[in-house]
Amino acid sequence: MSEQRKGSTQTVPPSEASSAHREASAKEQAWEKNTLQPTLEKNPERQSEFTAISGHPIRRLYTKADLPNWDPDRDLGFPGEPPYTRGIHSTMHRSRLWTMRQFAGFGTAEDTNQRFRYLLAQGQTGLSTAFDLPTLMGYDSDHALSEGEVGKCGVAISSLADMEVLFDKIPLANVTTSMTINSPAAVIWAMYLAVAEKQGADWKKISGTLQNDILKEYIAQKEYIYPPEPSMRLVIDTFEFGVKNTPKFNTISISGYHIREAGSTAIQELAFTLRDGLEYVEWGMRRGLDVDQFVPQLSFFFNAHNDFFEEIAKYRAARRIWHKAMVERYKSKNPRAWALRFHTQTAGCSLTAQQPYNNVVRTAIQALAAVLGGTQSLHTNSLDEAWALPTEFAATIALRTQQIIAHETGVTNTVDPLGGSYFVETLTKEVERGAWEYIDRIDAMGGMVTAIERSYPQREIAEASYRYQVAVDKKKKIIVGVNDFVAEEKPLDILHIDETVAHRQAARLKKLRAASTPCARAPRAKTTSCLSFTTP
Amino acid sequence: MTEKKIRVLIAKPGLDGHDRGAKIIARALRDAGMEVVYTGLRQTPEMIASAAVQEDVDVIGLSILSGAHNTICPQLMKLLHEKGMNDVTVLVGGIIPEADIPALKQSGIAEIFLPGTSTQDIVDFIHKRVA
Repeated sequence: MSEQRKGSTQTVPPSEASSAHREASAKEQAWEKNTLQPTLEKNPERQSEFTAISGHPIRRLYTKADLPNWDPDRDLGFPGEPPYTRGIHSTMHRSRLWTMRQFAGFGTAEDTNQRFRYLLAQGQTGLSTAFDLPTLMGYDSDHALSEGEVGKCGVAISSLADMEVLFDKIPLANVTTSMTINSPAAVIWAMYLAVAEKQGADWKKISGTLQNDILKEYIAQKEYIYPPEPSMRLVIDTFEFGVKNTPKFNTISISGYHIREAGSTAIQELAFTLRDGLEYVEWGMRRGLDVDQFVPQLSFFFNAHNDFFEEIAKYRAARRIWHKAMVERYKSKNPRAWALRFHTQTAGCSLTAQQPYNNVVRTAIQALAAVLGGTQSLHTNSLDEAWALPTEFAATIALRTQQIIAHETGVTNTVDPLGGSYFVETLTKEVERGAWEYIDRIDAMGGMVTAIERSYPQREIAEASYRYQVAVDKKKKIIVGVNDFVAEEKPLDILHIDETVAHRQAARLKKLRAASTPCARAPRAKTTSCLSFTTP
Repeated sequence: MTEKKIRVLIAKPGLDGHDRGAKIIARALRDAGMEVVYTGLRQTPEMIASAAVQEDVDVIGLSILSGAHNTICPQLMKLLHEKGMNDVTVLVGGIIPEADIPALKQSGIAEIFLPGTSTQDIVDFIHKRVA
């Protein structure tokens, strides 16, 4: 409990208050007097205060009075140009839709290979691999600590042989693959590149994304193996390798997703993620890498939560902050290093186990926010994910949700349709300012590694998470089907992964170990399939 | 005044690091006046059983989201039994398919709290159970 105790005595978080100096025009003041006041006297508003899901106060009406020094040329700019508020490409989704990249992985490599091929056949445009917990922690499937966990939260990969099966009949020269792997990222990436090479793909041309974001593991997801400093060295090693050998591969996906899932606010997600990004840039530079060469290979990953406009403001602010930091802080000369590219996943933590079909609606709205916020790639969660990994049925609806947004709603017809909205522009400014306050605070501590060692972001998130839970328990925030509009319901048909997966994996590993030449003596990993995590 | 505080061990078994729920419960039970010990991450059933004995707790709360509950829970119950801790109330919170609930209860788990449970419901359950 020491973490929580310290949490309650910490300093106040950076202000999430609304714009301070607001001078309403004569017309706005007249409206307040003649129209608003009589209405309020007759019908008081539903609540005394309106707030975003993060607690950020939201005004009744936004007008030009909320943007006193706002300069559209400077603050908004044009798409494809600094400060990238409106998006990183001049035509955005008119030229190319976002990549529909559904995160998938369960059971054995065969099971997941089959799901991958099914999703590609349904029109999915990229792959995203979920690994099981033993793989994430670097254990073989037959290790004692893997018991009960094999193939449950993702696919079980213990060897190069497993990896070959995972991508069987999937042309890695054409399909971009994202891999959610962090502590053992370098090992899994080596396996992936070996499979690509075996398929005849050119490393210089293949593209994909390695999550490889160790900082957010300490902050949020907690799947770390080594302490921060040596882990950072491994991350920078992959940057260095990527610059030389795989120039089109994203060597990292700097992730706010997990920070948000751990209970942070939108501003905390933005601030901690971007400050993580700056930390990687600084470590890369200290290694002697050229900012303009390695930074274009860094990508980002954000959450899409329920609060529609706050999420859109977050993505717009993210691009503005990154551009400013690259140009002013690191003197980057390469526009490709200035443009923040990101993947989005709808918020898993927003899904409810109760009335699970409502999750389709939540996911659709969240996905729409990501699209309007200019995402490059998107995963939409399945309706059954508060219970288990998705069935094929549920995963298909999730993919169809993206296809409906892309092809039926018309939101892709124009770039940044919300640009210039008083509310969206004000919120973007406020979210940006809140994030900079956090960034400055972490800078003052000496950087993110130090802040993590002092548990600063961890405590801030735990506080926000508890505040939100209390608000839900007190019904100050309503979750449909959970603390209001509750109904009796029938259980859902869900995906069940049994222990036979673990048995099959154990048998395969045993056979592999018996047949393999020890790795040290093998000429090339790709010819022996002997790469395995933990030597027996 | 002299009433003994209820002692609770919140444990996070298995390899999963998603501790949002465990931390919220730990804090909510503490705010409800209980004495709470949180094990931290990646605890084996052996570690949890030993901690429960050492801390002499009335309640063990397991937070499991990874799908490993069918393996972990029976192992822990067996160990607690071997250590003579037959009075301890063991609760599970997390992502547990409804089909698995009867077998878990059969193994001695007192209650299973699914996503969306209010912290007050858990506080009330513990008060009623450990009177």
